[in-house]
Amino acid sequence: MVLNGSQILANVLLENEVDTIFGYPGGAVLNIYDALYEYSDKITHIMTAHEQGASHAADGYARATGKTGVVLATSGPGATNLVTGIATAYMDSVPMVAITGNVPNSLIGRDSFQEVYIAGITMPITKHNFVVRNIKDLAPILRKAFKIAISGRPGPVLVDIPKDITAATTEYEPAPKQEADKLLSCYGDNISDIAEEINNAKKPVILFGGGVKNSNAGVILKRIIGKANIPATHTLMGAGVLRYDMPENLGMIGMHGSVAANKAVNNADVVITIGSRFSDRVALAPGKFAKKATMIHIDIDQSEIDKNVKTDYHVIGDAEYVLGELEPLLKEAKRDDWFAEINTLRRDIPYSTGGEMMHPKEIMDIISEVAGEDGLFVTDVGQHQMWAAQYLHHVKAENFLTSGGLGTMGYGYGAAIGAQIGTGRKPVFHITGDGSFHMNMNEACTAVTYNLPVISICINNEVLGMVRQWQTSFYGKRYSSTDPGRKTDYVKVAEGFGAKGYSCKTADEFRKALKEAVEYGGPVWIECRIGKDEKVLPMIPGGGTVDDIIYE
Amino acid sequence: MLKRKYLSFLVDNHEGVLTRISSLFRQRGFNIDSLTVSATNDGSLSRVTIGMSGDDEEIKQIINQTKKLYEYEGMFEIDPNDSLIRELLLVKVAANEHIRSSLLELATIYKAKIIDVSDGSMVFELTGKPIKLDSYIENLKPYKILEMCRTGATAMQRGKVKLSK
Repeated sequence: MVLNGSQILANVLLENEVDTIFGYPGGAVLNIYDALYEYSDKITHIMTAHEQGASHAADGYARATGKTGVVLATSGPGATNLVTGIATAYMDSVPMVAITGNVPNSLIGRDSFQEVYIAGITMPITKHNFVVRNIKDLAPILRKAFKIAISGRPGPVLVDIPKDITAATTEYEPAPKQEADKLLSCYGDNISDIAEEINNAKKPVILFGGGVKNSNAGVILKRIIGKANIPATHTLMGAGVLRYDMPENLGMIGMHGSVAANKAVNNADVVITIGSRFSDRVALAPGKFAKKATMIHIDIDQSEIDKNVKTDYHVIGDAEYVLGELEPLLKEAKRDDWFAEINTLRRDIPYSTGGEMMHPKEIMDIISEVAGEDGLFVTDVGQHQMWAAQYLHHVKAENFLTSGGLGTMGYGYGAAIGAQIGTGRKPVFHITGDGSFHMNMNEACTAVTYNLPVISICINNEVLGMVRQWQTSFYGKRYSSTDPGRKTDYVKVAEGFGAKGYSCKTADEFRKALKEAVEYGGPVWIECRIGKDEKVLPMIPGGGTVDDIIYE
Repeated sequence: MLKRKYLSFLVDNHEGVLTRISSLFRQRGFNIDSLTVSATNDGSLSRVTIGMSGDDEEIKQIINQTKKLYEYEGMFEIDPNDSLIRELLLVKVAANEHIRSSLLELATIYKAKIIDVSDGSMVFELTGKPIKLDSYIENLKPYKILEMCRTGATAMQRGKVKLSK
């Protein structure tokens, strides 16, 4: 059947079971939006306030559902507004297809109105990108984009479509859904040698990251932890794979990781790293990281091997597959001495409650209590993000969405909207800070338009807390541009958008407001006031080791 | 000790593939000495030759990152002891009647070709290993080099084709 480019786009989306996309219209994508009008019974288009919000929504949708997120924007500024969202997805290995319109082929390269070379701009932040030059290439390119996004280590792919291509016609032949090229083998060092190292270890530790989430290796990981009796720590991206209260779970590692996790890795004789890339927030001093340990690295991306931290053994492959090979070779073990040693390494950071304002841990405890085990949490970036990572009761990998690699302030609202639409979860908890929230709070209009039960809990210390904390600790309390003196009335602004707003100081007020918000079933903002001197603790400064942990 | 090393990749002959490779190297901070992209006997493929001085870790990262490119199709083995590494030099030297003969003498030693003689200048062409070109240029320094360009190295292993994925 002969279709135009825009109809072909709609059909390739449908081939790939895409029923929801996020975007914002504009001149270069008018034909595409005309096709979306035609296909509106099959494809729901969610219009956000800003293209950045749409890109984060596609990301949140993908993380919460495991499906590929799709975002659509017009040429020029529409395309550049996607950049932060694409980079966020790239750094956290989130499958996304970003579609941008461009000026017609005849106008490309002439500095035409709203023309930008988005393929060049996004080259370093996509797995791959395409410019469609010929209508005959459109369907094959779009299919490749879906395949690349989900194969191997997932990530974003951008397809730039000039306007004339969206109107040109060609024969369309349906194709099956694109499936990931799943790596059903692995290569590198011998798995039996690795198993022997683990079996002979006295003090092994598992360190895992987002790769375990992406490959759904959580179940087998838990079995291995049980069988070989190995304590495990996770990166920010690995939160939720293990239950927060599982005895072998040492919590998060790294800059704001638990003392036990960081010290256990430091004392370990074997560290098994799975689906994690030793970022500078995990291995703060790469040359001194787990110095006493034999290092084993399992990752799907060969370029991660020896990139940041040198390892003794490595296997390149899908985590679930590699762990499946490893499991039968591991001996049952009991490592009571090692766990006893780790117990002496634990150190809780004291905090006080019942003061004039809440402690961040109280806020997280109340959120966990009200949300229960099905709570889906989306954070922004900063202190609140670390408190959420440290204190929320994580039970499921897909229930904690956060911008780890890029650390994108303003990620949360869009991502929460995407996650809510993707899962239908009532509600989704968007945990934010006053700094991050101000970046993209405009997405309240989206939440109101579609009446989405997204509860934005804004932890307000009136300052840019994370940067200010560094200024307190390392810059002699010279608070440069971290105390903006904003006078935002969150309740009024929420109401102005057509959402509901609360402002709380005490734990009782917050618990009551949060319960009401859950009942309400639409978009709600809850401001939680905290003191500006609250810190994220413990902390290992950049480049430091366990000898440099700051406790207060 | 930094090793001079040549890497030779086979990539899809797409528009923008050169940009993508150079963008990757810039992004990752790889130091490369030369980069050439050329046609091959297969019209759908291009061959990329990279000359670089780096330690083994850096070379490994370049290889692993390049392999992740969607357009990557393979890598040729280039063992410096058993490979043909060639570069082309064009150099325009100021030449009056008095020095022409000594320039000619130097060209003969290096087997450089004279490809132009104009009023006041001569252009020499020299093909060979980059190190030979370096040496020729060094010997031309006492003269006045007016203009010079080099293509960057291209390389091929002797004997059997060893292409790995």
